Amino acid sequence: MIDYFTANRELVLAALSQHLVLALVPVALALVVAIPLGALAARRGWVYPTLMGLAGVLYSVPSLALFVVLPSVLHTKMLDPRNVVVALTIYTAALLVRSVADGLRSVDPAVVQAASAMGYRSVHRLVAVELPVALPVLVAGVRSATVANISMVSVGALIGVGGLGTLFTRGLQLRYLDPILLGITLSVLLALLADILLVLVQRRLTPWARPGAA
Amino acid sequence: MLTRDLLDYLLDPAHWAFGDPESIPARVVEHLGYSGLALLVAAVLAIPVGLVIGHTGRGAFLAVTVGNSWRALPTFGLLSLLVTLIGIGQLPALVALVALAVPPLLLAAYSGVQAVDRATVDAARGMGLTGRQVLTQVELPIAAPLVIGGLRSAALQVVSTATIAAYVGLGGLGRLLVDGLALGDYPQVVAGAVVVSALAILVDLALAGLARLVVSPGLTGSGRRPFSARPTPTTPLTDTRAKLPTPAV
Repeated sequence: MIDYFTANRELVLAALSQHLVLALVPVALALVVAIPLGALAARRGWVYPTLMGLAGVLYSVPSLALFVVLPSVLHTKMLDPRNVVVALTIYTAALLVRSVADGLRSVDPAVVQAASAMGYRSVHRLVAVELPVALPVLVAGVRSATVANISMVSVGALIGVGGLGTLFTRGLQLRYLDPILLGITLSVLLALLADILLVLVQRRLTPWARPGAA
Repeated sequence: MLTRDLLDYLLDPAHWAFGDPESIPARVVEHLGYSGLALLVAAVLAIPVGLVIGHTGRGAFLAVTVGNSWRALPTFGLLSLLVTLIGIGQLPALVALVALAVPPLLLAAYSGVQAVDRATVDAARGMGLTGRQVLTQVELPIAAPLVIGGLRSAALQVVSTATIAAYVGLGGLGRLLVDGLALGDYPQVVAGAVVVSALAILVDLALAGLARLVVSPGLTGSGRRPFSARPTPTTPLTDTRAKLPTPAV
């Protein structure tokens, strides 16, 4: 496995960086989609069940099916990495809408009232008070979505866009274990690293939640 | 134009001839067969172990570690690994599907039992139930919603990965996608994707329906009973007593 890495260093590192981009860009895009939708669901009673039902349905769609259908919807080529990015954005947004809505609903109404009394209006209050308080729930969602994305990007190799997944297809074609083991190891390490980073980000953004902080 | 091709493919009676092993219904049956078998084997292996771990508390660390680190494993990587180890064909693909379904089921069964209120378990013991009876008659019914939740996420994973497994020789709806991609038959690819998505959604809905059937009404609060099986903590005991007629002195 180590030998395979040293022999194919350039190739593996390129696959690794593509994997990282394909997995993380959707998380950023999905946050942009999910925060307003989740905020809407948290405030309007009827939006919540509708949106969660839709998210559940979208989340059930197998990744390979979504990958192959998107080119015809987006008018992209089958090999375009944007197909994978859009597909993963859909999954991530479906997961995060619930985290945002549940996080915002868990904010103590007294905190919201206090913020309103201090003059915070809707959007300002959402960004400055409610979202920071809801952050632990939101980060929990981002963590599981990120880990799931890092695992799912590999499937893209079946349509020719795969990051580390290309190591799996190569191993399968050559009946050769080394690239497969290397791909799994790097993918798991990447997921672990991303998870640790997100925990650190959360600790940094919520100083009041640290033990010992008064 | 694509919708047209897709409809042409889906409405072509030749693709629905049941006797043809490459027709859509035959592929659906195959897909459900593999997924169902993998899920069944995984459930038989994982749920009892998870329940016992939750009941005794021994091996909890193992259950949580396996359940959580499983998410980080790339499913396609695991599939490739097993196929390269065992060989192309149905068996390695099925083994991979089982391996994917075990962790979520184990974790769900463990956390379901573990989350049961200690007081409830103590009450059951106080009523003279043996350890086994406590597990099967008290802890399992209360854990049922979480166990079925685990079954739903395992089923989702299995149906989805079974599609990918067509790449390594498994039958089922993935064949329409993988063969279609190889031949450049795009209507077939899209038709396969649409049918497998519909199947995944239906399986999830069916399991959600199962949860409604299996979960005791005492847990969901939907049953109409003279005394609520789970009094809400907001109702103090004195309130109930106040409504009782005062005994004549």
